[in-house]
Amino acid sequence: MPLLDSALLVVAREKGFAEAEGIELRLVREISWANMRDRMAVGHFDVAHMLAPMPIACNLGLTPLAVPTHVPMALGLGGNAVTVSNALWRRMEDAGAKPDLDPALAGRALRAVLRERAKAGDPVTRFAVVHPHSGHGYELRYWLAACGIDPERDVEIVILPPPLMADALGAGHIDGYCAGEPWNSIAVASGVGHIATVKAKIWRLSPEKVLGVAAGWAAENPHALDALLRALYGAAEWCGNPGNRADLAALMAEPDYVDRPAEWLLPALTGDIPTGSGNSVLVPDFLVPHAKGATFPWKSHALWFYSQMVRWGQIPASDQNAAIARETYRPDLYRSALKLLGVALPGANAKVEGALTEATPVGSAGASLVLGPDGFFDGGVFDPGSLEAYIAGQTGRS
Amino acid sequence: MNAASTLRILVIDDNRVRVSVIEAGLRDAGYDRVTIIHDVTDIARRIGEIEPDVIIIDLENPNRDMLEHMFQLSRAVKRPIAMFVDRSDTASIEAAVAAGVSAYVVDGLRRERVKPILDMAVSRFRAFSRMERELEEARSELEGRKVIERAKGILMKSRGLSEAEAYALLRKTAMNQNRKIGDIAQSLVTAAGLLGGDL
Repeated sequence: MPLLDSALLVVAREKGFAEAEGIELRLVREISWANMRDRMAVGHFDVAHMLAPMPIACNLGLTPLAVPTHVPMALGLGGNAVTVSNALWRRMEDAGAKPDLDPALAGRALRAVLRERAKAGDPVTRFAVVHPHSGHGYELRYWLAACGIDPERDVEIVILPPPLMADALGAGHIDGYCAGEPWNSIAVASGVGHIATVKAKIWRLSPEKVLGVAAGWAAENPHALDALLRALYGAAEWCGNPGNRADLAALMAEPDYVDRPAEWLLPALTGDIPTGSGNSVLVPDFLVPHAKGATFPWKSHALWFYSQMVRWGQIPASDQNAAIARETYRPDLYRSALKLLGVALPGANAKVEGALTEATPVGSAGASLVLGPDGFFDGGVFDPGSLEAYIAGQTGRS
Repeated sequence: MNAASTLRILVIDDNRVRVSVIEAGLRDAGYDRVTIIHDVTDIARRIGEIEPDVIIIDLENPNRDMLEHMFQLSRAVKRPIAMFVDRSDTASIEAAVAAGVSAYVVDGLRRERVKPILDMAVSRFRAFSRMERELEEARSELEGRKVIERAKGILMKSRGLSEAEAYALLRKTAMNQNRKIGDIAQSLVTAAGLLGGDL
């Protein structure tokens, strides 16, 4: 998909990491996530750049025409933002929002604006996300709900493909959206929107895209899968090197990939985000391709997405469904492919999300691994060992 | 009365030529309650009005995710289910995906009634893409021929060759460089343009 977080796949091919592992990586640009899923189902694709919750939705049978899908690797952390129209931003500023990307402040202002609008009988405020089973959808809802906004009642959430977001915002069809980069920076650069907050501030070091692998293909081609994971690991290291940013922006700007000017891709790579108010904010960990275990498929990430699917009524809570979500992410495949490289491999398969308030070295095989700080902006903590209690404590749709 | 004619079919496609080909095919097959939408703006309301039994959409349409989501929400359509014909019918799914067409079945429509519609849409999509390809080939062939003519003219004028000799030189150069004759001709025309004069 034409998104910056497809970079690991692009770099694996273009910078020779795939070739060095003896695999031929053919990349196809797709136009919708539904196409990607359908073409994987009929065997056109073996592996794909996928929204992190998408393989879970496939395995839970939430989406039509899905095949069993593994997640043996994540393709980085962070990278999204919430952009609002100029008109909505002006009202949010009047209600106390600052161009500092702080989610609590922006959320409080948005809540005030929504109340005024409801009182005045204005049409409901409409946000777009890219897919019903997306990190964007869940983080937008999490942010809204934590700020006292009911995402089911106080706003309307619709689906739009990322390349159409800025145009829809400019045309007044939507009032805001949560999408991956560069589609927020493009709205700012073309003057149609303001970035209100970012994924990395809603949930720091949160999962975004993963490698989805057709289970049938993985079973028949274990060596090719291992080689692919090693190639992607090499690509992630390359992408994480600040010295390669300009090169990476130029590569991703090409017509076969994101097909937009390189300067629009740079904010996400440097984390220096122009908000649309004439300033820019340096966001730590805006997009993390490699450091801090960014490619490890944490089962706690899978279970958090599952908890949100339950929260928003997409799936009933059951031990069986939780097990399907947990087993979708495959750290075992990650470890077995990468162990020969001598790189840092976490000792655990899951972690308590939001527990680290500072950078912390953790137990790992091979080189040392530093994780965190991580966490949800509202101080929430997700302990995958207390899944049922977490689900029970969520305020869901009313 | 033909059973097929009772089915309401909605085709969403912004390519007007392609959509008219599909529409003609569906009508030939006896499906005459066909509605065409070119633009997805306000699509929820339109679907609510049309209440189609089958929706056919092109895989090139970036709004597929939106449409699927709408069916899951069950706001626009009564008790909707989003399906791709039938999960078990992989052969027709594969044919449809390969041809670039996706079909959604709205509500409890039986597979035997959907299959002929989808088969028709697939064959019409294929017919359309073949037609488009042939058109493109004809166009590029014509372009190629024009460039070769110009290149021959440049060689005849600058090197005093006959037309046959000029063509032979182009062909030989193409073979030596393992390139197409049209590419060689294009390079020559470009170079002549850069060097100026009326070569």
